[in-house]
Amino acid sequence: MIDTLIQGILLGGYYAVITCGLSFMFSVMRIINLAHGSLAVAAAYGLWLLASKFGISPFTGLLIVLPVMAATGWVLQRYLLERSARGGALLPILTTFGLAIVIDNLMFEQFGADTRSLAPFIGSLSYDSWELPGGTYVGKLAVMTMATAIALLGGLQVFLGRFALGRAIRATAEDPDTAGLVGIDARKANALAAAIAMVTVGIAGAFLGMRATFDPYSGGPQLLFAFEAAVIGGAGSLWGTLVGGIVLGLAQSLGAQVHPQGFLIGGHAVFLAVLFARLFFTGAPFIGKIGFYKTGFTKIRAAIRSTP
Amino acid sequence: MTVLSVQNLDVRHGLLQAVRGVSFDLAKGDVLALVGANGAGKTTLLRSLAGAHLPASGRIMLNGHDMTAVPSHQRIAKGIALVPEGRRLFSQMTVEENLLLGKSAGRQGEWTVDRVFSAFPNLVPRRHAKTGHLSGGEQQATAIGRALMSNPDVLLLDEVSLGLSPLVVDRVYAQLQTLLTSGTTIILVEQDLGRAMAVASRVICMLEGRVVLDSPAKNVTRDQVTKAYFGLHRDSTGRVAS
Repeated sequence: MIDTLIQGILLGGYYAVITCGLSFMFSVMRIINLAHGSLAVAAAYGLWLLASKFGISPFTGLLIVLPVMAATGWVLQRYLLERSARGGALLPILTTFGLAIVIDNLMFEQFGADTRSLAPFIGSLSYDSWELPGGTYVGKLAVMTMATAIALLGGLQVFLGRFALGRAIRATAEDPDTAGLVGIDARKANALAAAIAMVTVGIAGAFLGMRATFDPYSGGPQLLFAFEAAVIGGAGSLWGTLVGGIVLGLAQSLGAQVHPQGFLIGGHAVFLAVLFARLFFTGAPFIGKIGFYKTGFTKIRAAIRSTP
Repeated sequence: MTVLSVQNLDVRHGLLQAVRGVSFDLAKGDVLALVGANGAGKTTLLRSLAGAHLPASGRIMLNGHDMTAVPSHQRIAKGIALVPEGRRLFSQMTVEENLLLGKSAGRQGEWTVDRVFSAFPNLVPRRHAKTGHLSGGEQQATAIGRALMSNPDVLLLDEVSLGLSPLVVDRVYAQLQTLLTSGTTIILVEQDLGRAMAVASRVICMLEGRVVLDSPAKNVTRDQVTKAYFGLHRDSTGRVAS
């Protein structure tokens, strides 16, 4: 059981990394990016291409792929998402849905249906592990993923709280019109936020490729996991993203112990439970952090007390 | 020397023309009280000066430069800052963070976080409090401080007393005294005629988007402004003789 819990928590590290960008884009620009998973897979293909054609290690390849992802985020925001957002809340969802289809099929056309992995290019890291007391093994890559998740979320927290650009992004997220009145270019702040989100997507793509295999249509499941973790943790909260990822990872690991098919079902069940609880207690499926849980507990306690 | 020049400004909300042919010039240190009933066009005029609402026609000149088509985030960098109606603070951010945002335009000058805290000492113990948790007076002081952090040449104050108790308004105006004598050009939109006329060097009264009275504050009585406010005793040009 302890082994299952540890593996679930470490799996949550990966989910936190892949959720980070989705959550960040939603909290700043109020855009649910349905191309999120496909973009992560595209980053994984970029790293695979660099590794297989030029012999560049995936870690070194990040130095090339991450700036490209940042530029992609900037361009997407300025020339696609910003324009589609003018047409209402639904249009960016449809736009990113279409973008995902385009990206998936371009990758299929370019790379075919074969599955790929970055594992062959990172030596023994993909299967090396440490032995803990009690005979439990933890994978070095899984620990590295969790450490990256914590560093990424902590770094974003510091950036948003301590730096002028971070404050500008938060101000734009809260009230873009007033942000303009204090001298912030809301368009630039949003484009910067999209660039940062895409950098996190690039990192997620790297870990996706190192820990598993991927193909041109792997983006859908990755988006689903990210979406589930964002709903569980609360899309407005950076650390909620980590909590959401860990809860999802634990639910999947525990589900797999119950039934061979339970890995995915366990995660979906927890996601649906939290989703319905959010709708029941707050009326909002996506937003909300610790306050949601406080409200929920308060309502449950009041209901119990009022029961004769 | 003229700091701000507004020439024949028309501003529309769709089909509704909210500001009609407004013109005035302000020199350094002028304090203009802009009065008028609800819907007279005062807030629209201020938002237009701040760049939040682009005019349909006319010109806005600041220190000799045409600002008419300049977007709001660049306009504050040129020296126009607005304290908007309802404060419009970033409620999830602290007082200090809100003040630091006022520096986003990058204008250098005498106003710093420490200077704002010395001008508004009631904010000192609330420095790290989120502005959503502040009292109305503290929020107003933060909003004024945030605008001052951009070291503006022209400060636009929209309804600083709105929603505040008389005691708190007294405190805000007492704190504004330092500002009123600092040489910053100020446009003050205020419903309280007495307060507005007490601090202003000039009064403009608007009615249905037009200027119906424009006079040095010392040359006009409260009764004259009140009549203009309610649209009484206009001359043949539509203006009240002062």
